[in-house]
Parts: sequence; C-alpha cells; structure tokens
Amino acid sequence: MATSRRQVTTQTEGGARAEPASAQTQSGAAQTKRTRRAPRTRAGRGFGRQAATKNTNGQKLARGLAWFSIGLGLAECLAPRAVAKIAGTEGKHTGLIRLFGLREIASGVGIFMQGERPAEAVWARVAGDALDIAALAAAFASPKSSKGRVAFAAANVLAVTALDALCARQLSGNETGGTQVKKSIIINGTPGELYKFWHDFENLPTFMKHLESVRITGEGRSHWVAKAPAGSQVEWDAEITEDRPNELIAWRSVEGADVDNSGSVTFEAAPGGRGTIVKVEVEYNPPGGVIGSAVAKLFGEEPGQQISEDLRCLKQVIEVGEVIVSDGTFWDNGLLTQRAARPASSEEISQTKGAA
Amino acid sequence: MRANCWYGKQDVRVEQVPDPKILNRRDAIVQISSTAICGSDLHLYNHFIPTMEKGDILGHEFMGEIVEVGSDVKNRKVGDRVVVSFPISCGKCFFCKQEMYSLCENSNPNAWMAEKLFGHSPCGIYGYSHLTGGFAGGQAEYARVPFADVGTLKVPDTLSDEQVVFLSDIFPTGYMGAEMCDIKPGDTIAVWGCGPVGQFSIRSAFLLGAERVIAIDRFPERLAMAAASGAETINYEEVNTYDALMELTGGRGPDSCIDDVGLEAHGGHGIVYAYDRAKQMLGAESDRPIALREAIMACRNGGTVSVMGVYGGFIDKFPMGSFMNRSLKMRTGQCHVQHYWGKLLEHIERGDIDPSFVITHRMSLDDAPQGFDTFLNKEDDCIKVVLKP
Repeated sequence: MATSRRQVTTQTEGGARAEPASAQTQSGAAQTKRTRRAPRTRAGRGFGRQAATKNTNGQKLARGLAWFSIGLGLAECLAPRAVAKIAGTEGKHTGLIRLFGLREIASGVGIFMQGERPAEAVWARVAGDALDIAALAAAFASPKSSKGRVAFAAANVLAVTALDALCARQLSGNETGGTQVKKSIIINGTPGELYKFWHDFENLPTFMKHLESVRITGEGRSHWVAKAPAGSQVEWDAEITEDRPNELIAWRSVEGADVDNSGSVTFEAAPGGRGTIVKVEVEYNPPGGVIGSAVAKLFGEEPGQQISEDLRCLKQVIEVGEVIVSDGTFWDNGLLTQRAARPASSEEISQTKGAA
Repeated sequence: MRANCWYGKQDVRVEQVPDPKILNRRDAIVQISSTAICGSDLHLYNHFIPTMEKGDILGHEFMGEIVEVGSDVKNRKVGDRVVVSFPISCGKCFFCKQEMYSLCENSNPNAWMAEKLFGHSPCGIYGYSHLTGGFAGGQAEYARVPFADVGTLKVPDTLSDEQVVFLSDIFPTGYMGAEMCDIKPGDTIAVWGCGPVGQFSIRSAFLLGAERVIAIDRFPERLAMAAASGAETINYEEVNTYDALMELTGGRGPDSCIDDVGLEAHGGHGIVYAYDRAKQMLGAESDRPIALREAIMACRNGGTVSVMGVYGGFIDKFPMGSFMNRSLKMRTGQCHVQHYWGKLLEHIERGDIDPSFVITHRMSLDDAPQGFDTFLNKEDDCIKVVLKP
C-alpha cells in the first residue's frame, strides 16, 4: 500500500491526472482496494513515471557501476592472466575472461548510453553477474582451481550483484522488488469490441502464450493457470477490482497466489479512426525475485517481452482470426527456442499449443 | 521432400525434410514448379544477415500448383497455378489495407527480433532469416504459403513459368525502384547494379517513360544486357562513375538514381572500399554503402534516390550534407509485390516485356549448392539461376 501512495504523489507531481477510483468502481469489494487502484490515470493516457525522487541516488550509483564495469572490463581484456590468478581460476581460460571483459565494457557503455534512467542496462549487469557466478561455480568445481581465491572472488561478485540489483530496483522505480511492465499495441477495431473480447477472460489463453487456462469461478472471480520458466506451472485466483465498460478492466490476485500479481488493461480510441490503443500494465513478484527476473530476461523469457508478444498475438486474433505461426516459432518465440525454418514433423506439430 | 538448406557461410545443402502442412486457416500448400536464387539470397549465403539457423530452407522466389488449401482460403482452389509473393501479408492490417504489403503488421511472428535491429518490423518473408519470421523458403519441392488468398497470383497457362516466376520478387522490385523515381517525360535515370533487379529497373524506367537510362556495373555481360534494354552504360572499373555521369548529363546529374546494389557493394576508390570492408569485418559497420553514397552525390539537385538494394543494419559516412543541402528525396522499401503484380502480369501478357530475358542458368534443385557458387562468383557470365525441383 505504501507503494501505491508514493505512486499517487509522483504521478500527480508529474502532471498526470490521477483520479479517485471510487467514482468508477462497481462493486463494494473493489472499493476497499481503492488505494491500490487509485494511481490509474484517466483512460490510461500516458505512462506515469514513478518514484522520480529516488532516481538521483540510483543514477549516481549507476554511473559508479558503469565506471566499475569499464575498469574491470579493461582489466579482463588487457590482463586476463592476472585476473585469472586473482580469481583463483586456471590460466587457460583467458579467452573466456576476455569475452567477459568485453561484456563488462559493453554493459558500462550501455549504462552511459541509455540516458537518464538506465534501468535496463543495469538489469543487464545483474544478468552478467549471474554469468560470472555461474563461471565461478564451475571454477570452484574444477580440481585445478584455488578454492579460497575462487570463494573470495565469488563473495566480491555477490556483493556487486547485490549493489547492481539495488540500483536496478531503484531505477525501475519499484521498492517492493516486484516487476512492473507496461506495453501497448494498436489494433483495428473499436474500444468496445476489444473490451468485450478481453472481458471474456476465457479468451485470454487464445493469445497469451504462457497462459494455460482461465476459468470463471464466480462474480468477478477467476482461476488462472500459467506456464512458468523451466517447465513449471503457477496458479492463482484473481478478482476484478475495477471495470469500466469499453474503457478499462483491472484485476489482482487474491491471497494464496503462487505469484502475486495485479494488472489493468485500457482501451482508447486511436486518433483518426485508426483502431484502438490497448495498454496493459502488470505488476508481479516473479519466482526467484529480481535475480530470477534478470536471468529470465537474459534467456528471452523477460515479462515485458512476453506481454509484447501476447499483445501482438491479440492483434493477430482480432485482425486475422488466429495466431500466425512460422516454421521457426510455433508457440515458443524465444531466441534460443527457434526451430530451423523447415517444416516440422507431425509429432512436433501435435505437441504445440497452436497446432491447427 | 527435398529442400535447399542453409548451414553456414557459403554452405548450403539439399536435404530430405518433412513435407509442409497447413498450420493456419489461410494457408495453402504449393507444389513448386520453378524457384530461383535471388541476389539477396547471396547476403544470407555470405552470412551478412543475422538470425540464420542451421537447417533453414532458403528461397523466396517461387511458383507452382496449389495442392491443398486451408479452410479460410476462399479465392483459391487445388489445381490453381500460382506465383507466390515474397512478402507474406495478411491483407487486413493498417498497412495491407493501403497496399503496403511488405509492411504487414501480422505476418512476422518474430517481429520482436526485427524491432531490436530496425525499431519496427517489416512483414514476414520466406526463407529469409528468423528476424523476418523463420518461414521455410521455396527452394524446395513444396512450400506452405500463409495468407495464400493474398500472397498468390493466378497465372494463365498461356505463359511459361520462366515468363511469370519473377513476378514473385525481382520484376516488381525492379519496377518499384523505378516507380519511386516518379519519372517525368525527359527524365534521365541512373541505375547502380545490373544484376537481375537492376535489369528490371532499367526496363521498368523505360516502361514508365524515362528518356534515358544509365546503367552502372563492372561486369561486361551485365552491361551488355543493360545496353540491349536500351541503356547507356558505365563500367566503374574503367571510368569514374561521378565524372562519367556528369559528362553524360551536362553536369546537372541524373534526375533520379536507383541503388540496386545494397550492402555488399564493390567499387568506389580502392581506399574507400578497403575502409568499409575492414569496418564490416570488424563489425563496426554492417553494410558497405558505396553505391548509395555515389548515388546521393551524383543525383541532381532536388532529385530522388530510390533504394531497392538490401541493407541489413548500419552504414558509415552517409553524405548527409549532400542529401540535406540539395533537397534530395529518398524512397525505400522491400517491394509491395501484391500491389504491382497484377499490372505487371498485364505487361507480360501484352508482350511489353518478357522477364525470362534475365535467365542465364537453368538447373535442378539438387544442383542448388553449385547454383549459389556460380551466381556468387558470377562464373560463366551468370546473371540469374532458375531451379527446377
């Protein structure tokens, strides 16, 4: 709750128009959630900037981390043997260390190049830290390494990881450690048509790849089952917290969810009669917390991308009637899960969700 | 079925792969009767386009007979003889409705990859890397054709495969290059690159009323083909292109310039070529824009630079000063094939043009690897290879 109050304040300061939710909410149950839903701007116009006051610290820290990145990267590139010695790993991995050095330099430069709020670039550092930790874990297992030095190096990397994660969280403007995602897409059709389609939650799995099923369980309540990374499944019950016909639907998970989450979708007529701008905002606590989120990002299962892909599939369902598959994609769009662009065998096709 | 698959830089292999199946309701399966190797396939062959996967079936210029249709394909039936457009287009989105088919918003399931590289995604394309969808290509016995109701053109039996197969790509592409020049009576058009697309730009420029066309290349057989179309020619290995163009146009420059070369250009001064080649090898520049730079510098004040040659990423030393100070216009794009092919089929039927003139090599699909090698090295005066499955 503290988070949402802060959001209200900053959004109002930022000039975005915040409205009390009570005027729009339909049910009494939703009214008790008013503080949580209050920050919604009118018809979702514009994406508010949260926690602007926190960013100066985050920005300073980011710049420090960027210089650290570039320094360490240069050392790894120019003197990989010395770095290997300090880290206690074997001397023959100089090529790998140089590569890691290039990654460090790139992430440092990335932070400077991303401008005022380099949240993504700092998240990339967190993902890089995960690689370092994996490499050190491998080194620790090797009989030739110096265990003490490897452990010391790992302790240092973990400390930096914590700093990176803290910085990234500050820059992401989210004190709860949850992940916030905002995406939008323009689709042919009126806000009313799109609202109606979305409002039947049982339609959602037709375009949301990670959703196995949504079942309506009662007045404004539904049960959701989703695929999670590494083949696992998560489930939760959700309730509608706000429902403005042809304009907005908001929901949140109720207690006992595998993944706490809340979200909203708004439908706004695009100018010039060019369809509807559909905006989705989702906030959730990913399994594995911030590190898990960063690693997932590295492997193409980042939630922002998932939601972008889901919205693209929604556009296909509305505009052409179904989700389009290619030989390379089927239903898994990750870079690492592309098939070669050649016809799949019958067995492969029968295993995919999108099979005709 | 047999198909020509990509395995790495200058490594393609004809392999046995599963037959394609209907996956979406507007798909059709086409039994391919003729397929071709495109100049842009050479960019994949040389691995200049990222996101290729080992085993990808290549090819985006093909035609054949429909052997199966999905439940939502209403205007085509089994037995129709069709040419397939290389852009995969839904026909329903914002861009398709404006007949800008190569910008289709719904046909690239990997649009996110293209967005990372290009900012926004173009349409899906057959056999053309995963950032344009990861669709199996048409250098095969069969192909799945998504949105077959929009992406196929029925062709009359009175015309041979060789006369109509290039409606899939290079004829409309060359034509669009010329059309974007907005040709007025009396115009002089310069065309960089006399490969197959360049040849069609030259003929299309005349079809659209150009007074003079000047063709630029370094291979005598290609320049000879251009001259046979009525173009004046410049061999840039013998003369300086800019000087020659100024001499031919009284110093004003061509009214419009078409870049039909793209990212693997040669020529320019030896030092400039070496500079771009070195930067390309180091990854500091993905494309060599030598033809594009020349086209900009040579174009007359207020003229149009039309870019049909393929670029994949970033270029260096773009002559922005020349471009800005002289009121130049630039037009670009993957061809909106379906917008043009009906009109161009009429030109073929009337006998205004017989597109088979570009074909120099006819081979079996099984010889595709040799075809790529011959085409890449321009051996045996190779200009265009057609494969028969």
